[in-house]
Amino acid sequence: MEFEPVIGLEVHVQLKTKSKLFCSCSTKFGAPPNSQICPICTGQPGVLPVLNKEAIHYALKLALAVGAKVNRLSIMARKHYFYPDLPKNYQISQYELPIAEGGAIEIEVNGSTKLINLTRIHLEEDAGKLVHDEKKPYSYVDFNRTGIPLLEIVSKPEIHSPEEAVAYLKTLRSIVRYLGICDGNMEEGSLRCDANVSVRPKGSSSLGVKVELKNMNSFKHVERALAFEIKRQTALLLEGKTPVQETRLYDEATQTTHPMRGKEEAHDYCYFPDPDLIEVRVSEDWIEKIREELPELPSAKKARFIKEYGLSSYEAGILVEEKPLADFFEDTVRLYAKPKAVANFILTEVLRYLNRDNISIEQTQLKPEFLAELLSLVDDGTISITIAKQQVFPEVYEKGLPPKRVVEERGLKQESSEELLRKLCEEVIKENPSEVEKYRSGKKGVLGFFVGQVMKKTGGKANPKLVNQILTELLEG
Amino acid sequence: MNSLNLNRLTIKRALELLDEGKISSVELTQACLERIKKIDPEVKAYLYVNEEWALEQARLADEKRKAGEHGKLLGIPLAIKDNILIKGHPTTCASKILQNYIAPYDATVIRKLKKEGAVFLGKTNLDEFAMGSSTENSAFFPTKNPWDLERVPGGSSGGSAVAVACRMGLGALGSDTGGSIRQPACFCGVVGMKPTYSLVSRFGLVAFASSLDQIGPFALNIEDTALLLKVISGHDPYDSTSAPREVPSFTQILQENANTKFRVGIPKEYFEHELHPEVAKNIEEMISLLKRLGHEVKEVSLPHTKYAISVYYIIAPAEAASNLARYDGVKYGLRVEGKSLIEMYKKSRAEGFGREVKRRVMLGTYALSAGYYDAFYLKASKVRTLIKQDFLKAFEEVDLILTPVSPTPAFKLGEKTSDPLQMYLSDIFTIPVNLAGLPGLSLPSGFTRESLPLGVQVIGPHFRDDLVLSLGYQIEKELDLETIPPIVKAL
Ligand SMILES: [Zn+2]
Repeated sequence: MEFEPVIGLEVHVQLKTKSKLFCSCSTKFGAPPNSQICPICTGQPGVLPVLNKEAIHYALKLALAVGAKVNRLSIMARKHYFYPDLPKNYQISQYELPIAEGGAIEIEVNGSTKLINLTRIHLEEDAGKLVHDEKKPYSYVDFNRTGIPLLEIVSKPEIHSPEEAVAYLKTLRSIVRYLGICDGNMEEGSLRCDANVSVRPKGSSSLGVKVELKNMNSFKHVERALAFEIKRQTALLLEGKTPVQETRLYDEATQTTHPMRGKEEAHDYCYFPDPDLIEVRVSEDWIEKIREELPELPSAKKARFIKEYGLSSYEAGILVEEKPLADFFEDTVRLYAKPKAVANFILTEVLRYLNRDNISIEQTQLKPEFLAELLSLVDDGTISITIAKQQVFPEVYEKGLPPKRVVEERGLKQESSEELLRKLCEEVIKENPSEVEKYRSGKKGVLGFFVGQVMKKTGGKANPKLVNQILTELLEG
Repeated sequence: MNSLNLNRLTIKRALELLDEGKISSVELTQACLERIKKIDPEVKAYLYVNEEWALEQARLADEKRKAGEHGKLLGIPLAIKDNILIKGHPTTCASKILQNYIAPYDATVIRKLKKEGAVFLGKTNLDEFAMGSSTENSAFFPTKNPWDLERVPGGSSGGSAVAVACRMGLGALGSDTGGSIRQPACFCGVVGMKPTYSLVSRFGLVAFASSLDQIGPFALNIEDTALLLKVISGHDPYDSTSAPREVPSFTQILQENANTKFRVGIPKEYFEHELHPEVAKNIEEMISLLKRLGHEVKEVSLPHTKYAISVYYIIAPAEAASNLARYDGVKYGLRVEGKSLIEMYKKSRAEGFGREVKRRVMLGTYALSAGYYDAFYLKASKVRTLIKQDFLKAFEEVDLILTPVSPTPAFKLGEKTSDPLQMYLSDIFTIPVNLAGLPGLSLPSGFTRESLPLGVQVIGPHFRDDLVLSLGYQIEKELDLETIPPIVKAL
């Protein structure tokens, strides 16, 4: 029998508002423990929450970007459970009437696109962090994260492979980054993902027993955890067993999942509308204003890049993943009107360095002017493409120097003096009689060897076209 | 200073004397502190008195006055219920779980009082977390009624009511969730007011039931009450439920309305209950008085009144269970160590909370639990809306409503502690006002044959606190009662 996995994702997106959801504490990441706290976010007696309007603004941006229906009136509710990282022992979240419902995200896997529908988007506050010290019989609590706004985006169970899950996450991350509402950094926890996974006989419409997966801190983890879990559940089904409904944690070291320790108690969160907060009302004007402010989103940008610049779907797809890179591409094309060449250089050279250093384009000293200038230098024969890639670009990238200056200072200008090149070609022919013999006996491929020798003598600066021409002429003659 | 007779000293009069330079705030504060030393061991109104701190504030107030400043309460010593936070001082809520808690910030009302130059004498006793009607649920000790030390002062703001009744402070703040200002004011013979919900910020009031809680003043008369209310009211950006509107000068309106004739409703359903005969007689007298003053008195109907107690005892405990979840031994307050986290939670809460608090946390958790939410909390919320609508409808026909405050005068200590339902019924006339979010005033209206104070409640439409006070002012002037408890007179 063939089986099919059914996956639903719950993604938590940490909003990069200046202050927390209910107080004015900073949301900055990486501050010393408990340095960004106040009576409100530590749940002192008598404090009251005041909803951060910026967070609602961000939520609306996402809702509109994914085509969700914004509830004109939504309600903040208290979700109760006891845990030391939750100072009030309830989380202010949304239950009935979330900020938005529905919507969808379009993903692309192996060249074909697919819509993943969303159930809801709701606003809630983050919990703090427990810090464990193995040597001590107690743990510490860091409340810096407590009260930072989160959006929970719940997908319908319409994802059917780990690849689709990762594509969904990457697309969602791309969208929130385009909107400027979240860093989308899984390692730092600004984008978190839990998955509900079940496996059923292919073609069946009923759902199998659902397992909740947690503790996946990168796209790799998500992919591996899901793959393992699908394999595990399938094996159980093949043995005639049923998976247990439970929460399992992904273990990076072993690349497996295991049940969360401790009793899996059925939680009753005792949800009820928070009496300290009034309803969230969203006016038509507000929605319209946000709609006007929405940037071009990755999918639209991709389609435009293909149409406007004649890029392949693959090229466009990579360029639009990060807005700064897409902007860099377009800004360069504005200065140097050969989009294919620009895309090509970015996709090979620029991305190679960015990936090596694990940074994004705006963290480098690269400027669109630089890339345009570099490509023009190749075009007008000042340097060869090889010199451009191997010698000029690294300097431009590392030091932020204009390509022209690099070429001048390092004397990389292409050697195009026919007189000089002819002299060098003649030398090379004289020095390698046996290779000349080979050529003349018909092994035309040896031409490359001669070209290489001339290049060597010029430190790679010889104009390859000219060298080719002279060598052919001399060898044939 | 011998000429300083606290017994008849209102805030208004004290301010005149201070402005005229006849007394200083230090003298006034000293007099209150001496009074506390003499009487408080008998009545036990205060949980915390800090003489040094009080005198320091008084000195500062005197300096400010000399420098020409004129705060609305500059140099006036007040008592604050111990569920309102004053930065740097204990806030216990009369609970063991907060026994060692020092407030890290000022409640908004405290900030406002400080701005007007008030002097804080200390913190007053209450039923633990304001849950109760007699101040017997204090984890530390019960407060006694100064009119009869065998009797309760009412609750939960019993300490504040007694502090004012005994002139151990010229005014006080309390909080009222189901009658916790009005009923003790009535039992102790002072004025107490629960303002319209959202008129006074709740920021820094330890939450009992968020949708019902409201801070309000205690004073010896209506004018002082109006003055205190004016100072503590107003929009607060730290309280989302606080109303963004201008607050009028209540004291001025009292004078403007001194002869205004009102249409006053008497809700017939409030007389279907068993009333203590002297309470019944007194309310009849009040109705005659109103007619004598030229007001139009007519019967009104509040048909859903009979559900008020049931609704209240679902909504208030549900919100309380949630609000009290934070007291867990992790961050502050009492921690009783256990072998595991869960055990620490359980032990801390088991030892930290008293019986009545536990009872309400359990009731509330039950009402909110998944299978019961619709039948209890949701249903109660709907009936609450009906109760509110009853009032709105009545206020189409009348300007104000007059009722007794409590079905009985002050009862004996221990009389109702074993029967929570009897205790709950003690708030039957005050609870609907909180459910509807209306302003309610409790003012002295006479005495029983045993010389126990009686009181009437004036209820008004939303944000007509001014009208409520205005009618109270007319009644007060007409009655001209002397409300000095025997224990104070005997000094
Ligand atoms: Zn904070």
